[in-house]
Amino acid sequence: MDELKLDEQKTVSAPAPQNGTPDSSPLKPRMETRGLSVYYGKKVGVGNVSLPIYANKVTALIGPSGCGKTTFLRALNRMHDLTPIARVEGEALLDGQNIYAPGVDPVEVRRKIGMVFQKPNPFPTLTIYDNVVAGLRLLGVRRKDVLDEAVERSLSQAALWDEVKDRLRSPGMSLSGGQQQRLCIARALAVQPEVLLMDEPTSALDPISTQAIEDLMSDLKNHVTIAIVTHNMQQAARVSDFTAYFLLGELIEFGPTNQLFTNPSDPRTEAYITGRFG
Amino acid sequence: MRPKSYTPAGGNLRRRQLWNRVMLGLLILGSLVVLAPLVLVLGAVFVKGMAAINLAFFLEPFRPVDEGGGGMAHAIVGTLLMNLLALLIGGVLGLAGGILLSEYPDHPINPTLRVISDLLNGLPALLKGLVVYAVVVIPTGQFSGYAGALALALIMVPIVLRATEGVLKLVPWSVREAGLALGLPRWRVILSLVLPAATSGVVTGLMLGFARAAGEAAPLYFTAGGSQLLTLNLGQQVESLALSIYKYANEPSPLRQEQAWAASLVLTLLVLAASLLARWATRRWTS
Repeated sequence: MDELKLDEQKTVSAPAPQNGTPDSSPLKPRMETRGLSVYYGKKVGVGNVSLPIYANKVTALIGPSGCGKTTFLRALNRMHDLTPIARVEGEALLDGQNIYAPGVDPVEVRRKIGMVFQKPNPFPTLTIYDNVVAGLRLLGVRRKDVLDEAVERSLSQAALWDEVKDRLRSPGMSLSGGQQQRLCIARALAVQPEVLLMDEPTSALDPISTQAIEDLMSDLKNHVTIAIVTHNMQQAARVSDFTAYFLLGELIEFGPTNQLFTNPSDPRTEAYITGRFG
Repeated sequence: MRPKSYTPAGGNLRRRQLWNRVMLGLLILGSLVVLAPLVLVLGAVFVKGMAAINLAFFLEPFRPVDEGGGGMAHAIVGTLLMNLLALLIGGVLGLAGGILLSEYPDHPINPTLRVISDLLNGLPALLKGLVVYAVVVIPTGQFSGYAGALALALIMVPIVLRATEGVLKLVPWSVREAGLALGLPRWRVILSLVLPAATSGVVTGLMLGFARAAGEAAPLYFTAGGSQLLTLNLGQQVESLALSIYKYANEPSPLRQEQAWAASLVLTLLVLAASLLARWATRRWTS
């Protein structure tokens, strides 16, 4: 119930500005990293990143391949815990609490910080319906009306409801690539996370599916805070309110998308966004 | 100028097609050579086994030859009971080991587990029987169906373990990531998302183990001990089809030899039926 209330509060908040135009409502960081570094063995994946991720905004992480943007994103919901050689230093705060503090359960962290991956990855044996409620069901929700409601809500938020409402019992794998990715977004939304991390969610998709997902991101930020990794600069410019530019494992510049793209303060950012390399 | 190899239908095309046909022919020949003994054995078992099969064979226990020879109900029941119990023990242990090796590849116990599994796999079935004899039969002072089931379970464990590890590793890593990103604990992800994605392979592994164990006579000599009585009590000595086949095939009585053939057929059909049943159940359960 608490989560539903939380959800309402979020919906009530003022509509977000387009593309990073400064907003009168005060910015509140939902997440924040302080000196966050990720090491693979002795190699630095991404070093010493301090960055706010503002509530109900879209933050884009851009940069050339291998710059550490995905590594950074995966540090935000402790996905590196599963890679034995990976080590994280520094702090990542969610609502002021360090998710890497001793005693914090990574499972609990991932409950609040969902993730959508580069390649659509629906659960292979499950139907569309079961894919969406997989999280809720395995967390112990049994009531059919609650699950039904979650399926319709999540699929609607993911802009997939109209396309699949008559075949919720067919396998999730029977959908097209773009639909599968929206199914994965619905699946992540069903557990009502506070933050949604998206790792190049459209890189495997055609332009029409890409547009569908970009469109739904601007609707979604009423409900969740979004951080998206993309190496498509136009996409970052279109969908995000804030942009962080990474290069060689380092955060080079962070600012409102508008400003970063029109008036970057670092020459390396300028070189990248004007297409001189990358 | 075009490079020579681009020529679409040069003289070498015909040679390549001919070569293709020769290789295909060799493959078919090889398959036939491999299949022929299997067909011959199954055919012989079927033809000779059918001759001695009748209702009494399934319903009656052992009787002396001069009283008609009886049937093999005692061995069929014993085989079923011991193998099901073995499947339960060996299946659980094998699954657990396979999951550990595949899902927790860095667990400190894994190298030991792998060595034990390989060792078990290479150990002759007879020796597994002796191990159970030393560990269970001597301390309890009695041959029993439980000891027999344990020996059969030791045969199943490495097979199930290997198969489980193999098929779980085939499940894409992304399935695990997707589950974990939903805030599910790791054990939940493994049991509810990864394992179902590998069901058919896991069931195949279980059935391979079952079939292998069902055909073993040697380890039961020192454990189940064999019996001429029909019993549901695994605390007593128990007969199995494989044991009977070995014993009857060595008897001078033609009736016993016929019964050995029939027992072979029943054992083969039993394994086949178990395998089909498992497939059918898996399909129903997953769809």
